[in-house]
Amino acid sequence: MNVHEYQAKQLFADAGVTVPNGTVAQSADQIDQALASFSSDQAVVVKAQIHAGGRGKGTFTNGFKGGVHVVSSSEEAREKAAAMLGNVLVTKQTGDEGKEVGTVYFTEASDIDKEFYLAILSDRATSKPVIIASTEGGVDIEEVAENSPEKITKVLIDPSLGIRPYQARQVAFSLGLSGDSFKQCVKLVSKLYDFFWTKDCSQVEVNPLVLTPTGDVLALDAKVNFDSNALFRHPDVVQLRDLSEEDPKEVEASKFDLNYIALDGNVACMVNGAGLAMATMDIIKHYGGSPANFLDVGGGANEEQVENAFRILVSDDAVKAILVNIFGGIMKCDVIATGIVNAARKLDMKVPLVVRLEGTNVEQGKQILADSGLALEPADTLAEAAEKIVKLAAQS
Amino acid sequence: MSVLVNKDTRLVVQGITGSAGSFHTNQCIEYGTNVVAGVTPGKGGQKFQDSVPVFDTVQESVDREGANVAAIYVPPPFAADSILEAIDAEIPLVIAITEGIPVRDMSEVKARLATSNTRLIGPNCPGIITPGECKIGIMPGYIHKPGKVGIVSRSGTLTYEAVWQITSAGHGQSTCIGIGGDPINGTSHLDAVKLFNEDPETEAIILIGEIGGTAEEEAAAFIKEHVDKPCAAFIAGRTAPPGRRMGHAGAIVSGGKGTAEAKVEALLDAGISVAETPSHMAEALFKVWNP
Repeated sequence: MNVHEYQAKQLFADAGVTVPNGTVAQSADQIDQALASFSSDQAVVVKAQIHAGGRGKGTFTNGFKGGVHVVSSSEEAREKAAAMLGNVLVTKQTGDEGKEVGTVYFTEASDIDKEFYLAILSDRATSKPVIIASTEGGVDIEEVAENSPEKITKVLIDPSLGIRPYQARQVAFSLGLSGDSFKQCVKLVSKLYDFFWTKDCSQVEVNPLVLTPTGDVLALDAKVNFDSNALFRHPDVVQLRDLSEEDPKEVEASKFDLNYIALDGNVACMVNGAGLAMATMDIIKHYGGSPANFLDVGGGANEEQVENAFRILVSDDAVKAILVNIFGGIMKCDVIATGIVNAARKLDMKVPLVVRLEGTNVEQGKQILADSGLALEPADTLAEAAEKIVKLAAQS
Repeated sequence: MSVLVNKDTRLVVQGITGSAGSFHTNQCIEYGTNVVAGVTPGKGGQKFQDSVPVFDTVQESVDREGANVAAIYVPPPFAADSILEAIDAEIPLVIAITEGIPVRDMSEVKARLATSNTRLIGPNCPGIITPGECKIGIMPGYIHKPGKVGIVSRSGTLTYEAVWQITSAGHGQSTCIGIGGDPINGTSHLDAVKLFNEDPETEAIILIGEIGGTAEEEAAAFIKEHVDKPCAAFIAGRTAPPGRRMGHAGAIVSGGKGTAEAKVEALLDAGISVAETPSHMAEALFKVWNP
């Protein structure tokens, strides 16, 4: 689960990680109040709050340029914020449709002496949290890793011991800090790790972490992702979820415990099991089609879930055909077939449907589909199903 | 003709009285698995299906019934605790079926595993089966057939697909191991390949992987150097968009790492027969294996 930058900064501040002071406005009439904490001639950074990156270089659909502005007065900040709020920002990460800006974040502008990179995530190879730090901040860290890996320091943390003082020092030394700045950095790294661990984050990223001319160390940006599996123990974090940032079809699917991800093709698919669902997308592509989604209905889907899955699939106007691929194990094919027939009748589906069933009670399942009188194509193997659906999608 | 589990397996089921635990335990008993005990804290003294004794702790199931393998169906908030309990009872093999365990919990479990003699399979997996002898987990038993192909996979239904293709072609499986779809798991592709390689009755190996991590690449490097048995593979997720978790918590391409292309390249480089589609997994194996 993702949160906005202003929410991440608030969480950082609560955890004792130093961030610049900031306020937010979520409507035009909140702008004045939000700016009241800055003096009128103070330099302020105005930032559009959306979950996508590339905000600074983005353009609003009303023609206004840039989702991040550094201005020298409250008056200017007010103008920029008014141009952003309620308008749609398009960046390289949002796609052409962009994201509506519901919140604008004002922070005090900081003088910067040096920019660093700092992140904590779970390292798959060792199954341990790893702290990643670099003297090359404010740039794409993957490029740094590629071109100058010697500028990246990695510190693995033993999960049963937590971060130890020498490890925080190792990070601060690697950034070339000394004196009070060094001490500030050691404290910040320890606090950030404690936050990462106690809040079940899957990743925290500070890019850049900055050193000011007066020697202060603070997190100028904040990106936080939470482990969705651990949200049950963090009701406070769940409160921060912004549904307007997510695909409405994905939000709807999650209500029914369906694992759905929207893609931009025209062949919808409904599959049981995540691996098989991915493989089904792949085979659609292999035969020349383009998948409209990933959808895993799970191992024990019931009739209601099957019906809701179909409803979500057909709500996508781009969908030209639907492929159902079920390997019935515990889930019996006759039960699935009944669910498909009922859903198809209720929803009055207009797009062609290819159904491939295999596994427990497959013969009864196929019979139910054949007896239904519905215009659906059966298939025996996944390859046959994929070939058929791609052909049908091209025709309709 | 198997690895890890067989007819001598004495299984304890943790979470045996829950809905998933009781349903699948019945299926496993029907298949012929020797279920010797169940554990549900607070329900010690009861009998499951009037025959299997239920205990409050895993240690009691070891002391009283000689349990040597544990299966875990406990809900995600409590599953890591159950794994740790099984490790402390010195159960040599623990199979965690539960999906949705927090990464932080698994990070702690993994650290504890390193100082124990327990092997963990899973979590978020279908389990393990030695056809005709022992089924532990949620896979449909009847699609399997005793035979000579060892299968290791991160995905449940994709494994069934491979199993069914082999069985339909008239062949069978030595053991099928579902290692699970989470980013942190107990047994890797590499571990499973090593077991199959040392098992005299496993003649050929199918490795099923998906995007995310580098486990498939590590197994491929080992196969290239040490495995003479014929191997086939399939990687799911060639069309998955980067940065999105595809159902499985571990199935994500991030920072350009863990792509299907990189995995397929490593597998081909190791001389492994890679299936173009999930419909052609058995076919890919038969290209390199003449049973």
